[in-house]
Amino acid sequence: MTRIIRLSVLVAAGIAVAGIASAQSNDPLAAAVKARQSHMQLYSANLAVLGGMAQGRMDYDAEAAQAAADNLAALASMSQRFYWVPGSHAGAVEGTRALEVIWTDGGIGAEAEAFSAAVAGMQDAAGGGLDALRAAIGPVGASCGSCHENYRQSNN
Amino acid sequence: MIRWILAACALAVAAGAWVLSGPDPLPEDALDGLVADAANGERVFIAAGCASCHVAPEADAAVAAPVMSGGRRFESQFGTFIAPNISSHPDAGIGAWSDMDIANAVLRGVSPDGAHYYPAFPYTSYFRASAQDIVDLAAHLRTMPADPTPSLDHEIGFPFNIRRTLGLWKLMAGGPEMVLAGDVSPEVARGRHLVEGLGHCAECHTPRNGLGMADYDAWLAGAPEPAGDGRVPAITPDALGWTAFDIAQYLSTGFTPSFDTAGGDMVEVIENTSRLSSEDRDAIAAYLLALPRSGG
Ligand code: HEC
Ligand code: HEC
Ligand code: HEC
Repeated sequence: MTRIIRLSVLVAAGIAVAGIASAQSNDPLAAAVKARQSHMQLYSANLAVLGGMAQGRMDYDAEAAQAAADNLAALASMSQRFYWVPGSHAGAVEGTRALEVIWTDGGIGAEAEAFSAAVAGMQDAAGGGLDALRAAIGPVGASCGSCHENYRQSNN
Repeated sequence: MIRWILAACALAVAAGAWVLSGPDPLPEDALDGLVADAANGERVFIAAGCASCHVAPEADAAVAAPVMSGGRRFESQFGTFIAPNISSHPDAGIGAWSDMDIANAVLRGVSPDGAHYYPAFPYTSYFRASAQDIVDLAAHLRTMPADPTPSLDHEIGFPFNIRRTLGLWKLMAGGPEMVLAGDVSPEVARGRHLVEGLGHCAECHTPRNGLGMADYDAWLAGAPEPAGDGRVPAITPDALGWTAFDIAQYLSTGFTPSFDTAGGDMVEVIENTSRLSSEDRDAIAAYLLALPRSGG
C-alpha cells in the first residue's frame, strides 16, 4: 500500500517536472510553438483592422487599411520553417494545437499559397475604398479558416 | 412450475422490448393540406447542412446544386458510418421517395421500409423541425442533381449493426421537446428552431453519455471532439462572453471578436450559416444569449 502511494507520488513529481520543462522557453520545441503562435497573433492584430472596418466596428481609413494589408503581406512572405519543427505537434508538446498531419499529408504548402494569394488581393484592394476592402476580406478569412479546418485542433 | 413462470416472464419482456423497439412513423395525415414552398425548402436545406454530410468526400457542399452522392465517413465509438446517396437519382438516391418517406426519415429516423436509422444522421435534432419545413425541403431536394453512385454499407460491429436495437435507444434518448422551454420572443423562437432543430448545433456542442445520448443537463456546454482528442467549445452565454453582434459576425465571416478565425468542423457549419439571412443569424445569436448561464 505505502509502496503504491510512494510510487504515485514519484509519478506525480515526474509529471510536474516534465510540465515545468516543457513550459520553459529554453526547450526548443516549446520555443518553436511560442514563435509560431506569435506569428499567428500578428495575423490577427492586422486582420482586426481590416475586419473591423469591413464589419463596421471602426470607420474606414485608407491609410490604416493599406498599412495593415502590407503588414499581412510581409508576414505571409516570411519563411516560417524554423518554428514549424517536426515533432512539435499536439500530443507531443504541451500547449500547441498544431495537428501532426501538417508534417505528413503534404497539403500545408497549398494552404500557405492560397493564403498568400488572398493577402496579395487584399494588398491591392485595401486602400481603394470600403467596398473593395469588403470584397477582398472574404478570401483572406476563408484561407485562414481552411488551414485551421484541416490543421488546427479544436480545443478551447 | 417456477421455471415456466420465469420463462413466460422473459418472453413477455422480450416481446415488450420488441414492440417498444418498433418504428414510430408519423401519423398518416401528418402532411395533409401542406403546400410545398421550394424557396423556403432551400433555406431549410442550408440551415440543416444536408449537403455538408451527403456530398462526396472533398466535394464542395456550399454550392447552389451540390451533388449528394454520399461516401463521407463518420468515425464514432460504435464504428464508422458512411453517408448514403441522397441525390435525386431514382434508384441510387431518393428520387423516387414520397414526401412522407422523406418526412419519416428526417423527423422520425425511420426508413421507407420501417427500419431505424442511426443517429449519425442527426434526426435527434431534426425532429424539432416542422412538417411544413420538410415538405418544403422535399420539393427542394427533387431539384438537386441525380448521381448513380451506390450507397456503401456502414462499418460497424455487433450488436450495433442490428437496427432494431435503435428503437430502445431512441426511446431512452428523449423526445423532440424544445430544450429552452416556455414562452420566448419571436426572434428567440426562430433562433431556437434553427439551433435546436435544423442547425443541429447540439450534435457537436452538447456532451453525450456512454450510449451516445445527448446530456440535456449540459446543453451546449461543450463536448469532446467526436473524431479527435480536442474539444468542441461551450457556447452558453457566460462561457462565450460574446455580444449578439459578435456571434452573428462569426456565423457570417468566421471571424471571432479577437479576429482569430474558426477552425475544425465549425468551418463547414459557417459555410452554411453564412448563406442564411442576417435575420436568421441574429435570431441564432438571440437564442444563444437567452440560454441559462452554464455556471462556468
Ligand atoms: C497554413 C496554415 C495556416 C494559415 C494560413 C493560418 N493559420 Fe492560424 N494557425 C495555424 C495553426 C496550425 C495553428 C495552431 C498553432 C499552434 O498551436 O502551435 C494556428 C493558430 C492560430 C491562432 C492561435 C494562436 C495562439 O496564440 O495559440 C490564431 C489567433 C490564428 N491562428 C490566426 C490566424 C489568422 C487570423 C490567419 C489568417 C490571417 C491564420 N491564422 C492563418 C495554421 C494557419
Ligand atoms: C460538426 C460539429 C459542429 C456543429 C454542428 C456546430 N459546431 Fe459550432 N463549433 C464546432 C467546433 C469544433 C468549434 C471550434 C472551432 C475552432 O476550433 O476554431 C465550434 C465553435 C463555435 C463557436 C465559437 C466558440 C468559441 O469560443 O470560439 C460558436 C459561437 C459556435 N460554434 C456556434 C455554433 C452554432 C450556432 C451551431 C449551429 C448552427 C454550431 N456551432 C454547430 C463544431 C460544431
Ligand atoms: C451529420 C451528417 C448528416 C447530416 C447533417 C445529414 N445526414 Fe442524412 N444521413 C447521414 C448518415 C450517416 C445516414 C445513414 C443513416 C443510416 O444508415 O442509418 C443518413 C441517411 C439519410 C437518409 C436515408 C437514405 C437511405 O438511403 O435510406 C436520408 C433520406 C437523409 N439522410 C437525408 C438527409 C437530409 C434531407 C438532411 C438535411 C435535412 C440530412 N440527411 C442531413 C448523415 C447526415
